[in-house]
Amino acid sequence: MTVSIPPDNTGAPHAPVSASAAGPAYGETVRTPDTVPRDVRLRARHVDVFYGDKQALFDVSLDIPEKAVTSLIGPSGCGKTTFLRCVNRMNDTIEDCRVTGEITLDGQNIYDPSLDVVELRSRVGMVFQKPNPFPKSVYENVAYGPRIHGLARSRAELEDIVVASLRRAGLWEEVKDRLREPGTGLSGGQQQRLCIARAIAVSPEVILMDEPCSALDPIATAVIEELIDELRLLYTIIIVTHSMQQAARVSQRTAFFHLGRLVEEGPTEVILRHPQAKKTQDYITGRIG
Amino acid sequence: MADIAVDIAELANRRRLCVRASLSRRHLIERLFRAGGLTAIVIALGLVATLFGMMASKGAPAFMQATLSLDVTFDPAVITVAPPPARAAGQSEADYRAAMLVWQRQVTLANWSAIVETAVRNAAPPGFEIDRRGALALVETNERHRLRDMFVADPGLLGQTVRVDMLASANTDNWLKGTINRALPDSRQQLSRQTRTLADTLLAEGKIRFAFAWHLFTNTDSRSAPAAAGLAGAFVGSLYMMLIVIALAVPIGVASAIYLEEFAPRHRVTDLIEVNINNLAAVPSIVFGLLGAAVFIRYFGLPMSAPVVGGLVLTLMTLPTIIIATRSALRAVPLSLRQAALAVGASPTQTVFHHVLPVTFPAILTSAIIGVAQALGETAPLLLIGMNAFVASIPATPFDQSSALPAQIYLWQGNENRNFFEARTSAAIMVLLGLMITLNALAIFLRTRLERRV
Ligand SMILES: Nc1ncnc2c1ncn2[C@@H]1O[C@H](COP(=O)(O)OP(=O)(O)OP(=O)(O)O)[C@@H](O)[C@H]1O
Ligand SMILES: [Mg+2]
Repeated sequence: MTVSIPPDNTGAPHAPVSASAAGPAYGETVRTPDTVPRDVRLRARHVDVFYGDKQALFDVSLDIPEKAVTSLIGPSGCGKTTFLRCVNRMNDTIEDCRVTGEITLDGQNIYDPSLDVVELRSRVGMVFQKPNPFPKSVYENVAYGPRIHGLARSRAELEDIVVASLRRAGLWEEVKDRLREPGTGLSGGQQQRLCIARAIAVSPEVILMDEPCSALDPIATAVIEELIDELRLLYTIIIVTHSMQQAARVSQRTAFFHLGRLVEEGPTEVILRHPQAKKTQDYITGRIG
Repeated sequence: MADIAVDIAELANRRRLCVRASLSRRHLIERLFRAGGLTAIVIALGLVATLFGMMASKGAPAFMQATLSLDVTFDPAVITVAPPPARAAGQSEADYRAAMLVWQRQVTLANWSAIVETAVRNAAPPGFEIDRRGALALVETNERHRLRDMFVADPGLLGQTVRVDMLASANTDNWLKGTINRALPDSRQQLSRQTRTLADTLLAEGKIRFAFAWHLFTNTDSRSAPAAAGLAGAFVGSLYMMLIVIALAVPIGVASAIYLEEFAPRHRVTDLIEVNINNLAAVPSIVFGLLGAAVFIRYFGLPMSAPVVGGLVLTLMTLPTIIIATRSALRAVPLSLRQAALAVGASPTQTVFHHVLPVTFPAILTSAIIGVAQALGETAPLLLIGMNAFVASIPATPFDQSSALPAQIYLWQGNENRNFFEARTSAAIMVLLGLMITLNALAIFLRTRLERRV
């Protein structure tokens, strides 16, 4: 079941759509629509996630606009990673993890049995919280995705893709002389950028980034943020971050999670400057976290 | 706030005192544990060294065997056969071969014992009295056949005298090496007094020496000529079985482990399979022998004593070991590696073959080699499928009758001529252990090499 968000007809800019106004379909989330409407290709509806008996997400409904960056914020353990993993069905790999509800990409439910999860993951790339390069060479790490999908028509083209991806991830200068060395031998921050290069090498439509900069120094962080800004023009990006400044710098929309619930979502400046929900205000001002 | 700060300061003080007080005790425990571990290793190494040392000291003499250098005369008075048939013009190949066989049979019928006897007499000091049996007892019986073969290969030897190295009989070897008590009275000696004296004399004259026993590796087992018995048949039998185990147990075991670990859904049936594989690993090997006899020989009608049956039985026995080792190697691969591959769109099979298997390959290889080495040394199941039978030929195919190295050791261990075969058995054990060590060293070498690469 796909439910579209009703038009914002209260008139006031950034007026919150309260739970009562939106009806039960929206849970208790406080929503502020965009002033400029954006296309939405990725929608989550009533998503519940359970790890065994423990519920980690409660009735999360969220629209992810296209060609924009949505950041997920919230205290540790609130379910940001869990939500992210639902989008490329990485939760499938976790034993005892159960997802109910609906997530649609271009109108198709990604949990539909007829959907091919391999294709889904080629469309939805992911950068993990902890860098996890393959124990292969730097080159192989980036070339792997394009190769298994047959993206490059020639060796030279594959090399171009690898070089371009490494450049965009801001890693090229550091690894151009050590492409044959194992990716696991890089520093933590370099490994994370290698993982970003690996993810963008297959040109996914949606990119999920789980705290991509948590292991990076400010310069590398700036490179990644620039990259995100560049990628935004083409892709749909969801980024988990613990840094309010980063959310402000890179994202257009922000969703605030707390204890497994989506408390509030809306344009980034609204969430960070004029949050409507009490919990969001507390978090932004540092009272919970 | 204030009293918390006080608590922390107090705690820090207490920590300082407590740590200092407990340090010596902790270091003591540390030292004790290390000393214990070192002792355990020293004991284990000592035991292994003792075992190897004992085997080597007992088996080493078997590698050097008493060998006579005799002047053998192919006496035309004894070898009274016509010259070999020449191939007549127009004679068919088959006819010629038939005529040749008739001639060879005549050669065989010649009194080769007399030739050997004369050769021994000629070697003895002038005027030395020895009867025919006594002279023949010095030389291993197979040497007569060797002389015959020499003559068949080269009929031109007729009337010539050539020097031939011949194996001394097992009893002579025992006497000269002192493996039989030289003080025993005549009645309890295997050789007559004359033969013993002659053996000692020839050794002193250098006509008997101890030469390296190459035949231990090139000959098959032999009852009639124990001194000439070798391991070749058993070795080839073991080799066939090893190849069968490698060809069947390794791929089947690794494939099942991959399926069970990576693809099989977790439910009651797979749980049951898992439990049963673990049970199978604990089944005594002799039971596998019974199973092999019942299934492969009785039901499928495969031949007794054949390496193919042995190989199949050992495959069954090795499978659980390989499956369990491979599964635990696969389980050790972190989820993050699989997720990394899946996240770029690799299918589960691609993930396994491109990422999981390469990192587990060294461990899988090691477990496979160790499993095969274990199978190579397994004896009990072989006894039940008749591989302890006496077989005097090298098996040409895995379907021929054959023995195997461990079964051969078992056979020799039970041989009546204890004095001679004790050293023989140890020598065979050395060969088997050598093979095992080679395999294990190969496993270690490959693992370190592959792990360094990546
Ligand atoms: N594999 C798992 N098995 C069981 N419980 C899990 C698992 N992964 C996450 N959880 C639980 O689900 C809840 C949400 O976890 P999640 O990793 O999504 O948090 P997060 O918002 O990403 O936190 P952080 O900011 O620390 O990364 C937590 O309570 C966590 O304990
Ligand atoms: Mg997280």
